[in-house]
Amino acid sequence: MPRIIVDDVHCKGCGLCVDACPKGVLALDMARITPKGYHPAKLVDQSGCIGCSSCYLTCPDVAITVVR
Amino acid sequence: MAQTEERVLMKGNEVLAEAAMRAGCRYFFGYPITPQTELAAYMARKLPTIGGTFLQAESEIAAINMVYGAASAGARAMTSSSSPGVSLKGEGVSYMAGADLPGVIINVERGGPGLGGIQPSQSDYFQATRALGHGDFFMPVLAPSTVQEMADLVYLAFDLADTYRTPAMILADGMIGQMMEPVTLPPARDLSELPAKPWATTGTHMEREHNVVNSLYLTPQKLEDTNRERFARYDTIIATEQRQELMMCDDAEIVLVAFGAASRIARTAVRAARDEGIKAGLLRPITLWPFPTKAVDQVVANGCKAFLSVELNMGQMVQDVRLASDGRVPVSFYGRTGGVLPTPEEVLEQIEGLSSKLGKDGE
Amino acid sequence: MAEAKTLPSYQRDRIDVHEGETILNCRPHSLADNVFNFCPGCTHGIVHRLVAEAIDELGIEGKTVGIAPVGCSVMNYDFFNCDMIEASHGRAPAVATGVKRVHPEKCVFAYQGDGDLASIGTAETVHAATRGEHITVIFINNAIYGMTGGQMAPTSLPNQVTQTSPYGRDVAKVGYPVRMCELLATLDGPAYIERVACDSTAHIRNAKKAIKRAFQNQVDGVGYSFVEVVSTCPTNWGMTPQGAFDWLRENMLPYYPLGVYKDVVADGYANAAEAALARAAECPIAQQKRED
Repeated sequence: MPRIIVDDVHCKGCGLCVDACPKGVLALDMARITPKGYHPAKLVDQSGCIGCSSCYLTCPDVAITVVR
Repeated sequence: MAQTEERVLMKGNEVLAEAAMRAGCRYFFGYPITPQTELAAYMARKLPTIGGTFLQAESEIAAINMVYGAASAGARAMTSSSSPGVSLKGEGVSYMAGADLPGVIINVERGGPGLGGIQPSQSDYFQATRALGHGDFFMPVLAPSTVQEMADLVYLAFDLADTYRTPAMILADGMIGQMMEPVTLPPARDLSELPAKPWATTGTHMEREHNVVNSLYLTPQKLEDTNRERFARYDTIIATEQRQELMMCDDAEIVLVAFGAASRIARTAVRAARDEGIKAGLLRPITLWPFPTKAVDQVVANGCKAFLSVELNMGQMVQDVRLASDGRVPVSFYGRTGGVLPTPEEVLEQIEGLSSKLGKDGE
Repeated sequence: MAEAKTLPSYQRDRIDVHEGETILNCRPHSLADNVFNFCPGCTHGIVHRLVAEAIDELGIEGKTVGIAPVGCSVMNYDFFNCDMIEASHGRAPAVATGVKRVHPEKCVFAYQGDGDLASIGTAETVHAATRGEHITVIFINNAIYGMTGGQMAPTSLPNQVTQTSPYGRDVAKVGYPVRMCELLATLDGPAYIERVACDSTAHIRNAKKAIKRAFQNQVDGVGYSFVEVVSTCPTNWGMTPQGAFDWLRENMLPYYPLGVYKDVVADGYANAAEAALARAAECPIAQQKRED
């Protein structure tokens, strides 16, 4: 099962990964705030992740790890 | 194999180049400008034959930044120019000072300001000792007065630069640059014996943390700390690296202060004054920064009653003489500018004037 | 399938990779753990990652020396783990030249923005290119001065509103944007010049290929390699990161067409020198054989 892990240290909540995700399974987590004060990205539906790495490619803060 | 000393007849500018190579300089970056061009031409001929690189840069600014790069990479590197070109290098020299990079900058001065002229001048004294770039910094400035000193001081400049991690300057002038004199060339350095530079950006080889050459410190306290550390090094330079020649100063009442080409004229004038029974002497700064304040103290202690600063400008070093004298002894100035050299007779007249004033004061 | 990746050591205690999971993509090892000082959504970060991936994949971190510019990426010496030098504004190619001449076996790259590379440093850029310095230059073109707060850049588009072109760039008064790839492609020195963009996954994949190629060329001794990345500046463009991508596609790409502007290898030459020799085939002095 592919999934992504977001590193809160680096994520600035810009949302580019949310737009880049072809399956629409990413969102900004409005319930959490990172130490830097951002709402981080999160995988909201793991079953929808296909491990395509579009989010990784687009992330300007290199905050995303893609695993399978 | 180290070359032994050789005695040859050479032009000042070429000696700067030859001695730099013997000091271990293998990288020269420059841009053509009169009256230092022979230096670059000599480097262009010889550096490739000893495994070095001569590169004519697109501008003075590019040249000093190539020195910045080569120095970052751990090499002994040099650039040379003349007054208007040195102004352009100011930015790069400031960055070198800020990044604590060693390197040698040659200024074979010509008259100014602006395009000025191409004849010998010493009108860049302020620029060299005070303001070659923005920010708080100094650098050793060495002033040769003979072709021999062109060799000795460029050699020394590389050592000072490496020892104190600072740019260093040779402040020569068109007269010393263009003249030929016999010179004993220093032996060639064994490159493997040059000081190690563990801070240099030579690639981590995945064996150490990365090295960073940088002058940017956005945290005010960090920037101040860096400046203070650098000024502690400057204090050491001021304490230990002052150099000068004292001629007939043991009993001198009138001490001429002159460097470079002006000191050659002053020397003749001092001898002529002695022939007339005037107790004159010469203090010739070899380091313009640090200024030889200890020597000033010494000649004041020896009984000096008047300083006369003789320069090829409108009066620049005279301010350092006044600062060093600190009101103990009056300081006057005589200079010619724009490539006009004072004659020994003109300078002697100044000495005679001071002498008769001292005589009257003493009555 | 690509080789499984490993997390950089600093991430191992905070990125929870489960037993049996394979890492498909993660931070390149030549990137440090420092958080980029760029605004959220700034594409500088994407290009930093592409550079770091190229360095990782070619295995050259230990022999790479990078030159940081003045501009938003001024502090990228904190982001790359290879040796780094901070240059004065526009002088990165001259500094890179100095390093490369001392260490020809090292891999030297300059990373520069549009103000640094195409305005204050145009002379250094053009001359390092025409000398055919064996360096890699990564050029971020986002049509604005970002670090100083959004002034008109040499690459700002006609009628683009910036802090110093508040009525829009008036080309009748201040002239036209500079197309650097096209300009440099006229020179004999460069081996490889390509313009890429980072507004979509497809473009980013292509940008990766170009940047890696630009480093590979240096390893292979092919010659000066230049990659322009058409980028965004959401903050100073006054847009969301997503909106900035739209504006880039709508306005930047028609003015700055993507593509390869020079590639001596694709043209059948081993390196830039061979290509230059062929171009000067009718010039006897240029054809003279050198002894050295």
